[in-house]
Amino acid sequence: MAKAPALIKKRARSVGKLPFMGYRRENGRVGIRNHVIVLPLDDLSNSAAEAVANNIKGTMALPHAYGRLQFGEDLALHFRTLIGTGCNANVAAVVVIGIEPGWTARVVDGIAKTGKPVQGFAIEGNGDLKTIEAASRVAQQFVMWATEKQREACTIDELWVSTKCGESDTTSGLASCPTVGNLIDKIDPLGATTCFGETSELTGAETEMVKRALNKNVADKFMGVFNAYQGMIERYKTDDLSDSQPTKGNIAGGLTTIEEKAFGNFQKIGHKTKYVDVLGPAEMPAKGKGLYFMDTSSAAAECVTLQAAAGFVVHLFPTGQGNVIGNPIEPVIKLTANPKTARLMPEHIDLDVSGILRREMDLDEAGDRLIDVMIRVCNGRYTCAEALGHREFVMTKLYQSA
Amino acid sequence: MATQFIVHDKKDTVGVIVVEDVKPGAMLEGWLMEGDGTVKLKALKAIPLGHKIALVDLKKGDTVLKYGHDIGRIVADAKKGDHVHVHNMKTKRW
Repeated sequence: MAKAPALIKKRARSVGKLPFMGYRRENGRVGIRNHVIVLPLDDLSNSAAEAVANNIKGTMALPHAYGRLQFGEDLALHFRTLIGTGCNANVAAVVVIGIEPGWTARVVDGIAKTGKPVQGFAIEGNGDLKTIEAASRVAQQFVMWATEKQREACTIDELWVSTKCGESDTTSGLASCPTVGNLIDKIDPLGATTCFGETSELTGAETEMVKRALNKNVADKFMGVFNAYQGMIERYKTDDLSDSQPTKGNIAGGLTTIEEKAFGNFQKIGHKTKYVDVLGPAEMPAKGKGLYFMDTSSAAAECVTLQAAAGFVVHLFPTGQGNVIGNPIEPVIKLTANPKTARLMPEHIDLDVSGILRREMDLDEAGDRLIDVMIRVCNGRYTCAEALGHREFVMTKLYQSA
Repeated sequence: MATQFIVHDKKDTVGVIVVEDVKPGAMLEGWLMEGDGTVKLKALKAIPLGHKIALVDLKKGDTVLKYGHDIGRIVADAKKGDHVHVHNMKTKRW
């Protein structure tokens, strides 16, 4: 691990408990948005879900491509992702629509454990139109109930923050990822729950990752998922993955190898914070507050969707070349240190930290600015991705359906 | 002079260009983040923003160090000041 850049000054900041105004849900979890979602169980139910969201203003459908004939761990992940998305504290209430009642009820029952309003509808035997009417009537009640919810004073130890970078370049490793790392090192001692992932994107930095585990058990667990992911890549690869990982955009931005990309990615967890557990995809943290590693793909929408399904409510996304991703339920805050990206794509960038490269801003100041932006977004300010309507909801599929 | 390239670690054999208009023959000033030092170097090529510049002569087979760590191998010689990227450097993985 490279030493902390010398310009990190020991400047004390009275971060206090970083209060913000959030929505406290029935199970005590804190959200920063108040969505009423219409969740299709499967691809076949997308049309009905989108029709309901069109009928009832203030609701949002989350169409996706899967849910039929999946089996084994892939099916378990499908349910974990849908149920987790419904359980997320940014969601006030959920209407579930499925082709048949059995699996629809499984999603409804999973979400109902949070105590939030949820109701399921099945299409077979009813047809789209009757289903849409029945579901719309309930969605209307839900949204009128949810819109009366008030924000309450909450503190950083109730906040779940995830991070993942995308279309990275060398400026990501120099400044935007270290800015997130600075934030993590500041909010971890305050009791925040945080998460990073991207298993393949630690290739080359895995021995450094091992050193950042809380203990040997956690380190062994990391190496287990890391080696399994490497095994999958070795099994299916047809070349050295150049143009895929690193991506074409990464390479255009100056990143040459996966190892170089990995060390940049790794800057996002700062210098001090240790990760307390290794989560499966979309698995909810269960070891208390602290930093978690989640076994995920390094594709932006897949990773953020899994983190949101695990319960994370605000996302920090450093980009180099200008990845434009958002998520329907978890606001995605973008920062860049690439001055060209900040200049050419300003509508996508919530925080420009390119001043670090010009030595106009130090890392500690950049970290403080990111905390400020994050708290403002927690209070309700839209991110660029929200304002632009980016709602990439992408389920991870582990293998072919039966 | 403004910082035109940045080096993460004293052990590194490449730096990163952080300005948009580096031309061949330009004398560059670099910031060594570890220890807050300064490095000077002549660019041999036009190197785009974000791309790497060799800090030393690199020979085929050499390991490239950035962040103080192994980030790949040289597959075609690069002189001090050369552009280092996919044309002369590859991963050791996959």
